[in-house]
Amino acid sequence: MKKLTGKPVFSGTAIGRISVLMKKDESIKRAHIDDVEGEQSRVMTAKEQAQKELQVLYEKAVQEVGEAGAMIFDVHQMMLDDDDYLDSIKNIIALENVNAEYAVATTGDNFAAMFAEMDDEYMKARAADVQDISSRLIRVLQGKEQANMDGDDPVIVVAEDLAPSETVQMDKSKVLAFVTRFGSSNSHTAILARTMNIPALITVDYDESINGKMGVVDGKTGWLIIDPDEETLSHYREEQRLEEEKRILLREMRGKETVTKSGKKIKLYANIGSPSDVASVLQNDADGIGLFRSEFIYLDKSNYPTEEEQFQAYKAAVQNMAGKTVIIRTLDIGADKQVDYFGMDKEENPAMGYRAIRICLDRIDLFKTQLRALFRASAFGKVAIMYPMIISVSEVLQIKKIVEEVKAELRDMGILFDEELEQGIMIETPAAAMISDLLAKEVDFFSIGTNDLTQYTLAIDRQNAKLDPIYDAHHEAVLRMIQMVVDNAHKEGIWAGICGELGADQELTERFVEMGVDELSVTPTFVLPIRKVIRDIE
Amino acid sequence: MVSFNYVIKDELGIHARPAGMLVKEAGALTSEITLDKAGKKGSAKKIFGVMGLGVKCGEEITVTVEGDSEEADAAVMKAFFENNL
Repeated sequence: MKKLTGKPVFSGTAIGRISVLMKKDESIKRAHIDDVEGEQSRVMTAKEQAQKELQVLYEKAVQEVGEAGAMIFDVHQMMLDDDDYLDSIKNIIALENVNAEYAVATTGDNFAAMFAEMDDEYMKARAADVQDISSRLIRVLQGKEQANMDGDDPVIVVAEDLAPSETVQMDKSKVLAFVTRFGSSNSHTAILARTMNIPALITVDYDESINGKMGVVDGKTGWLIIDPDEETLSHYREEQRLEEEKRILLREMRGKETVTKSGKKIKLYANIGSPSDVASVLQNDADGIGLFRSEFIYLDKSNYPTEEEQFQAYKAAVQNMAGKTVIIRTLDIGADKQVDYFGMDKEENPAMGYRAIRICLDRIDLFKTQLRALFRASAFGKVAIMYPMIISVSEVLQIKKIVEEVKAELRDMGILFDEELEQGIMIETPAAAMISDLLAKEVDFFSIGTNDLTQYTLAIDRQNAKLDPIYDAHHEAVLRMIQMVVDNAHKEGIWAGICGELGADQELTERFVEMGVDELSVTPTFVLPIRKVIRDIE
Repeated sequence: MVSFNYVIKDELGIHARPAGMLVKEAGALTSEITLDKAGKKGSAKKIFGVMGLGVKCGEEITVTVEGDSEEADAAVMKAFFENNL
């Protein structure tokens, strides 16, 4: 067994025989010619033949990957029709008295270099398109037929690089995965692999001796495993089975309501940590975002993020969610998340230290900057704000006072925001749970952070592996607290949800629904499995 | 001669697909149509003319239209950029 590593451009698992596409000998010989016009007209005839082939490929690609994906073959036809490209070929033939093949190869190299020199990854990758049309033209000039994949069984296709025309010519029912030595995540192979839903790896350094051997492509880790042993094979067969289950689930559960058989609706939201996770939220069809951790905007920076910077990031996420609820949690720096420029002292016990809302209520300017950005973003969709680490009513009153100041400033400046914006708090300390009856009078919703609530309630440090044996995620104390929080919320007519890891625990889903929990916010990939569990509850 | 400026909003800039569409759209018009990015020029009727400029998101180009029906053709081009790029 041997393992090669590359960069995955599309995830998934493939198991099958490896087929290495050997590059045909494409060396172009320079030859002297006297009949310039004859050679030039050979180019024009070949060009028309090449365009006909491309038209066929275009139509095939429309069937297989849709019009958007097929457009590249339309662009290839235009490239072949471009006067600059054709004039360059004809000029080289005339000036150097050389054969058409050589003139095409030279022109192709020059035009490809123009793209390769651009300072943009996408445009650089277009050099491959120019090489692709030039090879096509040369092949037609040489009177050769288009290559086809032979063999009957589906294979893992391994190649130096795949031109778009090569990928589309392949019989898709015979391709399990693409693996290339070159290529970029912007290459058409990558794009087509994504559209076709098959795993693809790039930058894999292989040698041709792997041809014909059994292989496994792991589109998560980027591995190409050659001659896998029985244990590895059975592991990946299981992976494939799980992927298939997921696909079926995705098909069945997407677009369905999150509702029990007796008609109780649950808000099934997703937890995310950066605006780029929104894609995964939409893909997994969550009803909204229940916990958008705003730390991303503070981490990996050398200085405080500006209001504008924050506003743009929140706005992008809110707009992409197109009217669905986005609950953004204000800064939760401290504890296990430290940022140098905050200049905080080292603490003995950071989990119980200077963190989250405690920093915000101490450094009000910092807090106001974030609040202003959040309120401004609320003009672009449905934003809700949630405050972490609350232990008392007076904290909530302080927050509300600051929020009113921020709102007044925005109104004075004529900046639009959502006047109805909902504000809630995290219930993650036993203190907040115990006084949730009082807190419920002051806020619009509760979101129970079970990770911290459990560690504070059980007095078990989550980072200490030695304590794992006595850590009970389903501890009755925590479950009773959840019940208490939900009941107190409902007494005041507000909703209560769970955004901690427990929310995604399928063993507890039914119990949470019975408790009256209104919302569950989970990692995007858990949304559809949980939806299925909820839809099966009476 | 009519000209207008346009800032590209498409994330990938003038990438292959809209470039192809642009060449088709411009090719159907009678006017000469030139794109200018910071002094670098290319014909809107040629795919290499368009893609060769390597226009990225956020960059501004000047579109110049010259011919008998330049007013109408410029309007067509403007609409094209607004809808596709």
